[in-house]
Amino acid sequence: MKPEEKLKDNSRLEFLKTAAIATVGTLACGSLVCSCSKKEAPKSQKVKLLSPEGEIVEVDSDYLNHQEHMAIISKLEAREGIAGKKFVMVVDLSRCKNARKCVNACQKWHYRGEDTEWLTVKLMKDSEKGAPYWFPKQCFHCDNPPCVKVCPVDATYKRDDGLVLIDNERCIGCKFCMAACPYSTRVFNWDEPEIPDYIQGQPYSAETGIPAKIGTVEKCDFCPDRSREGLLPPCVEACPNGVFYFGDENEDTVTNGDETVSFTQLIKDGGAYRFQEELGTKPRVYYLPPKNRQFPVERGYEALPDKLKDRFRDVMEGSGEI
Amino acid sequence: MELNKYQQELFDKQRPTVEKFGAKTWMWSLFFLAWIGLGGYALYLQIAVGHTVTGMRDNVVWGLYIANFIFFIGISYAGAVISGILHILKVEWRKPIIRIAEMITVISTIIGPIFILLCIGRLDRLHHLFLYPRLQSPITWDVFAIGTYFAGSVIFLYLALIKDFAILRDAKLNVPKWKQHLYKFLAIGYRGTKGQNRHINISTNLMAIMIVPLAIIVHSVLSWIFGMTLRPGWHSTIFGPYFVLAAIYSGTGVLIMAMWVYRKMYKLYDYITDQHFVYLGYIMMVLGAGYGYFTFSEYLTDWFASEKWVSEVLEKMFNPAKYGWYFLYSNVFGILIPVLVVAIPFTRKPGIIALASTFMVLALWIKRYLIIVPTLESPLLPMQDTRMEYVKYSATWVEWALTLAGVATFFLFFTIMSKIVPIVPISEFGDKEKNPEAPTDATKENNSNPV
Repeated sequence: MKPEEKLKDNSRLEFLKTAAIATVGTLACGSLVCSCSKKEAPKSQKVKLLSPEGEIVEVDSDYLNHQEHMAIISKLEAREGIAGKKFVMVVDLSRCKNARKCVNACQKWHYRGEDTEWLTVKLMKDSEKGAPYWFPKQCFHCDNPPCVKVCPVDATYKRDDGLVLIDNERCIGCKFCMAACPYSTRVFNWDEPEIPDYIQGQPYSAETGIPAKIGTVEKCDFCPDRSREGLLPPCVEACPNGVFYFGDENEDTVTNGDETVSFTQLIKDGGAYRFQEELGTKPRVYYLPPKNRQFPVERGYEALPDKLKDRFRDVMEGSGEI
Repeated sequence: MELNKYQQELFDKQRPTVEKFGAKTWMWSLFFLAWIGLGGYALYLQIAVGHTVTGMRDNVVWGLYIANFIFFIGISYAGAVISGILHILKVEWRKPIIRIAEMITVISTIIGPIFILLCIGRLDRLHHLFLYPRLQSPITWDVFAIGTYFAGSVIFLYLALIKDFAILRDAKLNVPKWKQHLYKFLAIGYRGTKGQNRHINISTNLMAIMIVPLAIIVHSVLSWIFGMTLRPGWHSTIFGPYFVLAAIYSGTGVLIMAMWVYRKMYKLYDYITDQHFVYLGYIMMVLGAGYGYFTFSEYLTDWFASEKWVSEVLEKMFNPAKYGWYFLYSNVFGILIPVLVVAIPFTRKPGIIALASTFMVLALWIKRYLIIVPTLESPLLPMQDTRMEYVKYSATWVEWALTLAGVATFFLFFTIMSKIVPIVPISEFGDKEKNPEAPTDATKENNSNPV
């Protein structure tokens, strides 16, 4: 491929853009990706890229789409998962004060509006006399996922690294997975999702869920694109109290950003449980019970704007604590 | 085709129906078309704007459409099971009514699946069902089951029609050219030879035997869409047989309604007799009792064990402020009234049975709605959502318009079909078979072939 020749032909500009992105996406090494996906690449600068034939070619940076974060892996890789990993999460309920930083960070990272909560914080009250507690909930990425079982087109699938993802380019939007998921994890794009212009034309990847597509189902994906870059999911990073421990079951380590601990030790010492174990879905998310809490439950309620307060009014007022 | 005395009489009776479309029929057709047009506009909105124009949201992901889907596939049992079983048992009195029954089957099997398509967010990707099918999914089972069932019921209906098409072809009817060509084409050269007759009889018998298990598979698979999930009110082992029974039951109801309407409209009192209503009434009564038994055991077990999650759904059913009245209606008019009306000799009359059937069919539609919506409104985790439409489902005009369009399509197809084929099969009538009230011996069946 000789880009200089093809540049003369206007009709091929679009093709070149796509080709350049695909080249970056599938073949270039990690450092190269980082260097050319930087937002403030100077104008009219030549960027070196690896062509499908294995040659280094120079392309004017104007002809590249500059991405915030983008698909760097193929469809097949997005189905197989990250080799050798087995992602797991531990949520320490005693630390949560419903600061909602996780929710916002998630929405920001995935370019979702404030009504779309892949990660939500519920106010739970297990028994009549029981004390209410905050209960952050992502997708549980079950090992026996009821959603995957029912998908008629293999759009939602279980990967070797434990994640359950959705291919929004294959999903037909039958919503059977939403009916099958007992945890109300999945959300549907009922109308055309609002997508910022600069990610509009970005190639879709099941690992990022970007850009969102109308008429399809989506949910928390445990941000494997960040794991590939050695970063923690935004919810984990954003939490001011270290509620979320994210890590790899194979390595037996989980971290909340501040401390890195042994996964088995953590769930052993903390008396961890999985939500509704009896359903047999085998979630990959463990909860440490809300014992010896760091914050009174009211802290997370009073600070909320009225709109959000309404959600929890029943439980808070019914509990006799406010 | 030579007709005997009774066949000739029946032919003369139905000739005007087939020959003339009539102003009244045009009016009705236009009326139905107007409804379908409104539905078309609603569908356009749903596709152009997105499913946000419906009442469905993240908790209640399915609503009216799925209820309609179960309902239409349910009433399709009229032809498949009722007509199929009566054929296998060689019940003589079935002959005047099988055409109506089988038409209900074919038409509702066309309309039913349309409603499941309306639930699908990306109609442009429907081919993915065949490109990437996953056999584990009950939806894939459904695609195959309904496809096979539809093909089967079309063949079953058509086999019974061939002889009548031949009669119409040879009758020199006063109809447009295209219609004559149509009859000629559809009669596929049937001349009434012994061999041809034998082939049709064997095929019909085979189809009758096949259509019954096929129908059972279809509704079982349909019920498993719900039964296979971890949801209270759905996750039940009796859902398969429960759905099948409810389907045959509602199919019988629709058949009785259709018989009553046709009998009145085309003055077919000599052929669709009071006795037919009584016989089908008996069938309806037995099915109603069975359906009542299933309903009772389903709700009794759930209520007695009173598991927390299940109780939430039951509370919605029993609470008059929620779905209590609908639940009561669906059981009183769906079980008690139809059974009693047939059981008591005084009320065992065509008009009353047909009226009870109408209420029963409506009750079964409501029952389907009650299977879908309250369960979806009771997720395991508290919803804690302030957007009302996400908490409680209420269908929008778009969904109602498309529902009415479905019903209108059903009537329109029926109207058109009744203008093309005789509603009471002519060829089925032998010498002895004119009066179904006269006790006929099943062994006298003049089909030469053994089943």
